[in-house]
Amino acid sequence: MSLTYHLQVVNLLAALLLLISFAMLSQRRIIGLVTLFAWQGAALALSTAIVAWSTGQHHLYYSAGLTLILKVIAMPWFFYRLVKKLDVDREVEPMINIPTTMLIGIVLVIFAFNLALPISQMSGTVTRSTLGIAMACVLLAFLMMITRRKAITQVIGFLAMENGLFFAATSASYGMPLVVEMGVALDVLVGVFVLGIFFFQIRETFDSLDLKHMEKLKEH
Amino acid sequence: MTTGILLQIAQTLLAILLAPLLMGWVNQCRAWLQGRSAPPITQPYRTLRKLFHKDAVIAHDASPLFRFAPYMIFACMALAAGIVPTIANDLPFSPAADVIALVGIFALARVFLALAAMDTGTSFGSLGARREMLVSFLAEPALLMVFFTASLISQSTELPIIVETLAHREFVIYPSMAFAAVAFWMISVAENARIPVDNPTTHLELTMIHEAMILEYSARHLALIEWAVALKLFTYSALGIALFLPWGIAAQGDFNALPLAILALVAKMALGGAVLSFMEAISAKVRLFRAPEFLGTAFLLGVLGMLIHFLLEV
Repeated sequence: MSLTYHLQVVNLLAALLLLISFAMLSQRRIIGLVTLFAWQGAALALSTAIVAWSTGQHHLYYSAGLTLILKVIAMPWFFYRLVKKLDVDREVEPMINIPTTMLIGIVLVIFAFNLALPISQMSGTVTRSTLGIAMACVLLAFLMMITRRKAITQVIGFLAMENGLFFAATSASYGMPLVVEMGVALDVLVGVFVLGIFFFQIRETFDSLDLKHMEKLKEH
Repeated sequence: MTTGILLQIAQTLLAILLAPLLMGWVNQCRAWLQGRSAPPITQPYRTLRKLFHKDAVIAHDASPLFRFAPYMIFACMALAAGIVPTIANDLPFSPAADVIALVGIFALARVFLALAAMDTGTSFGSLGARREMLVSFLAEPALLMVFFTASLISQSTELPIIVETLAHREFVIYPSMAFAAVAFWMISVAENARIPVDNPTTHLELTMIHEAMILEYSARHLALIEWAVALKLFTYSALGIALFLPWGIAAQGDFNALPLAILALVAKMALGGAVLSFMEAISAKVRLFRAPEFLGTAFLLGVLGMLIHFLLEV
């Protein structure tokens, strides 16, 4: 192994991202989920900054800063307030119980690693081996969206998926063009605020944030 | 060779003598964190002395196995403590068992403890033994996974070679070891009957696991078992240090590094004990039926560590 130290740190952070994804899958409380999401953002921002520093890609600094402000400070703060206001800290039992979800998660990780192997061999970046982890993060966040019932957890799952995609972009091709990244960041921000308003509407209509009520399309 | 054997004896004796001190330190930290006035750090030694001076009471129905088990358990733990490198690496005893055999030694002690618990036929004993078996059959594969991750990195299941690879070669960050470290922490918490899987201070029948098994023991037998428990905690800590923080363990035949190695060991153990008691203070004991979930997570992290190794480190 002949990687330089900062790339080893990037690898370590990639592993940390995967670890946090699994922790999110197993987390029952929404506040804990928000905290984990903030940590995931922090790991992402740090790894992006290290990649920027080691490869001299200056626009990656901006995306690291953007990640730090949006995903580590703004959004978790917003979610904390939302959870307090809506008073929904306890998640109901997920659709599939947690140990089973974790086992499915392991299968997804193996799938993602195998899937990423040929792709990362084509890529020329130094961080290409972390692509598999990024894909695993995306799939795990997707799994969380599928297995959870509450609207807030699904949105956090969505944001975690965005984290994974962002990490995939950084590791496969040193990030997207800055314009695209700004656009995505703005979209996510607006999306979160709109969904925040939706939560209130959903609760007002159905007296709960459980999305299974929305399966009934008829009016009462 | 003679110096090696002397060093081996010194290391094993050090482990046996220091183990109650580690236990005392953990108890002291825990008392501080809970806002109680702490017992002195030497309290475990005093307890052991008191117990050794008492007359043993043994149930009428107890078989010889019941008397024999404490010696067996203590011997197993002393053997394990001799194999794990604590201050010096590659001692003459180490080739006796690799990490897989080490898991076997722990299992042997556990089997004897469970058999002795069931021997007197009390309901608490068999209750504790069953719970212990439930916890340990989940913890063992997870522990093996952690060892396999370390073995894949160093291409060997021998502890001295693992330590040699991790401590005395060029420094490399292994992301897989981060996963293995978290898994190992969870396993050692479960195996040493600490919170959140078991509470070492409780005697409440609904929750106790380890304490239920040793209720029938008294005097010197109890002292040996308590000592073995302390030794187990010490050995697990030494194992964690050898796998994840091996810097400071003296290389083979390097006698000048020995004082530093002892200092490093004491510092790491003190830190580890403090962290253990801190984790115990902030977490609550989980229900027994949550324990499989806890250990399932540990197993999963071990497997993930192996997968990460194949992805990032090959």
